[in-house]
Amino acid sequence: MTNPIADVLKSETILVTGSNTTDNHPIFANYIKEAVFRKGANLIVVDPRRIDLVDHAHIWLRQRPGTDIAWINGLIHIILKENLHAADYIRERTEGFAALEKAVEKYTPRHVSEITGIPVPDLRKAALMYGKARPASILYTMGITQHTNGTDTVMALANLAMVCGNIGVEGGGINPLRGQNNVQGACDMGALPNVLPAYQQVSNSELREKFSRAWGVTLSDKPGLTVVEITHAAEAGRVKGLYIVGENPLLSDPDLTHVKAAFEKLDFLVVQDIFMTETARAADVVLPSACFAEKDGTFTNSERLVQRVRKAIPAPGEARADWEIISALSTRLGYPMNYNNPREIMEEISSLAPSYAGITYARLEKEEIAWPCPTLNHPGTRMLHKDQFVRGKGLFQAIEYAAPAEIPDDEYPLILTTGRVLYHYHTGSMTRIGRGINERCPESLIEINPADAQNLGIDSGMMVDVSSRRGKVRVKAKVTDRLPTGTVFMNFHFREAAVNLLTNPALDPVSKIPELKACAVKVEAA
Amino acid sequence: MITLTIDGTKVTVAENTTILEAANSAGIRIPTLCYHKRLNPIGSCRICVVEVEGYANPMTACTTPVVDGINVVTNSERIQKIRKESLQLILVNHPLDCPVCDKGGECTVQNLVYEFGIETAPYQLQKVERRSVYATPLIRFWPDRCIMCLRCVAACRDIKALGAIDVSGSGYDSQVSPVNVDKCESCGECLRVCPTGALTENLSRYKGRPWMTKRVETTCTYCGCGCQMELNVLHERIIGITTRESKGTNRGSLCVKGRFGYEFINSEERLTKPLIKKDGQFHEATWDQALSLIAEKFSAIKASHGPDAIAGLASARCTNEDNYLMQKFMRAAIGTNNIDHCARL
Ligand code: FES
Repeated sequence: MTNPIADVLKSETILVTGSNTTDNHPIFANYIKEAVFRKGANLIVVDPRRIDLVDHAHIWLRQRPGTDIAWINGLIHIILKENLHAADYIRERTEGFAALEKAVEKYTPRHVSEITGIPVPDLRKAALMYGKARPASILYTMGITQHTNGTDTVMALANLAMVCGNIGVEGGGINPLRGQNNVQGACDMGALPNVLPAYQQVSNSELREKFSRAWGVTLSDKPGLTVVEITHAAEAGRVKGLYIVGENPLLSDPDLTHVKAAFEKLDFLVVQDIFMTETARAADVVLPSACFAEKDGTFTNSERLVQRVRKAIPAPGEARADWEIISALSTRLGYPMNYNNPREIMEEISSLAPSYAGITYARLEKEEIAWPCPTLNHPGTRMLHKDQFVRGKGLFQAIEYAAPAEIPDDEYPLILTTGRVLYHYHTGSMTRIGRGINERCPESLIEINPADAQNLGIDSGMMVDVSSRRGKVRVKAKVTDRLPTGTVFMNFHFREAAVNLLTNPALDPVSKIPELKACAVKVEAA
Repeated sequence: MITLTIDGTKVTVAENTTILEAANSAGIRIPTLCYHKRLNPIGSCRICVVEVEGYANPMTACTTPVVDGINVVTNSERIQKIRKESLQLILVNHPLDCPVCDKGGECTVQNLVYEFGIETAPYQLQKVERRSVYATPLIRFWPDRCIMCLRCVAACRDIKALGAIDVSGSGYDSQVSPVNVDKCESCGECLRVCPTGALTENLSRYKGRPWMTKRVETTCTYCGCGCQMELNVLHERIIGITTRESKGTNRGSLCVKGRFGYEFINSEERLTKPLIKKDGQFHEATWDQALSLIAEKFSAIKASHGPDAIAGLASARCTNEDNYLMQKFMRAAIGTNNIDHCARL
């Protein structure tokens, strides 16, 4: 996120897209509601589903799934035509505006309406509401990024924000909410194939040299494989050994049948987890690890705040903290790691990751610190791009709309979109244990629009078979007008109805995020 | 700006400030019960009454805005008497069952009764039997303890914008009940703001009074909001989760997962021993056996196919320190950049 969460209380208009905030980020949703009800902010929701936040929205745009770039460019088109753009800001702080102007020229309200299904008057209202507000904030999540054109869509949103001078100001920004407690931290720490900690490129010899010296080994300059690429490589026999810590790809990854086949080809699979997950079951060795209540460390939240995790109780049986297990294994492989505690690891992180350089456990006892925090007396950075963009000038990118990778046809006439529900988390390995939570939400459902349901002869509570080009699952139907016609929704928390048997592994070419938010399916009464 | 006098001290505050906020800003304490920082003023308990010179009737400080030049007295004998009476009236419908109440020890009603030295409950009007109609599998409602301060109703409305609960009935029959059952998300916001033991957690099989448990500050393990919370520990078990208004972006709030999603920690299904698969079956192993086997297999793969034939997945659930070591392990010990995690999913 470019801005702190609490900043939305200063926004005049808040645009939420591709985020079912009340279910997935309930605390952020509290802030949005407070902004609307107590601070008088305007709320625009752009979502194919009638999510709960729509109840509080001033304008709701219901776009066809996968058509985001079209409506975003459409809003920019109207804002420019109406002269609502921030001319000074564009001149002083950005570049590439002429190209953008040209690119959005053809996204006339009529044209956009045809692509997205959003009525022209609604597009205009939304453009004026966003365009006239200073500052205005944009919030998005996986509903934007889990498409083959996800990276482009994020850049299109950045264009929209910059056109109105909303980046680097309080109450503005473009703010992706992180779905898991430490996605931000895992990225910061370099658990990515192309970068070392703090996004230092493995291909940069100077930076690599710095780590080589600190770690006492020569490092590979060849960027590695991403999650989905690892699966492909395993299937092709190029990856033979896999070590998985705290993940459950056999339920969370797209096109599960394929993932399963790939894992079967591995010579050796190690899974380290707190439960016997679907993935652990497929392992050759399973290592028991400690959960968050049983270890010390830090998580970095969506706002880049680095916050302490503290050990409250001992781990069960012989389970150990992940850092202890990794150290022990490394030592066995002839590369000794001798850390007495996570504090010592943080000291090493601070010495190598410039954005974490000023962060110590001692400071975290007393202060809230968001990175970048380059020195011990730096207060941390709550807002990015404040006086100038990190890269100097904000760069407009001309972005064109392209249809999703898989569009419905006669055989698979519906679009399946996936996500979470309030009561569960990811693959359910933690939330499905609780009797309390499960009483609230015991089973998976497929949500389907009444008109579609009627055509197919389906009622709420009936079991249906959902199939795509890749697989088939059986699940109970819930008929609801939360969904538009032509679109169905399923969550991915339940192994009994593993939605990822159906999803499409087609990737965004830059971010390598799979298109989990749109694939073609058919639904039949079981 | 507006200047007024509180207990002889001149205080200058912004317009639309309440007398209570003005007093707080000057470090003058006015006792409160229904007032809560995160909620719109309710004005139901009258514990915060003060005298304003020139006005015959005392006013509730939490709901009355400041006016230029007024002279406020927060602690006269008359005021003390009114507060004591209000509290005694509240006790008409609140049993002094503190010894068996979960909230004992951190209960605002209990603290006020103690502070005002109330030893008897003189008013014994008609004792109303209230039915317990409002509860979820996670939250228990004790209707007899409810003092109708309406913080819970305000929290559901002001913070969550849900309006699942409200007052129903009138006069002595009125009570808080679910008016919009479908809206309830079991977030526990009502329970959190309850100043007494009328709403308690109904989940943990193990109970511990506040002074028996150890509270360990930590960060929630679910979404990326990074809520700050306290794990309540009794005999090396997590028996509940509490929050503090002053800590973290969540300002005391949590969602259903954060507040009640801790059962997995104590679950019987947790893995407790390393396991090695032989002929399709898992067998318990020692750490030594498991780690030796992994080291042997990975070394062999590396020797015959090179380091890029090995890949690792770190975790968005693990700590920064775990993730740092995991990528260091893959890069330095194995020698490959094949390291990723599920940020994209
Ligand atoms: S605190 Fe003011 S009326 Fe209750």
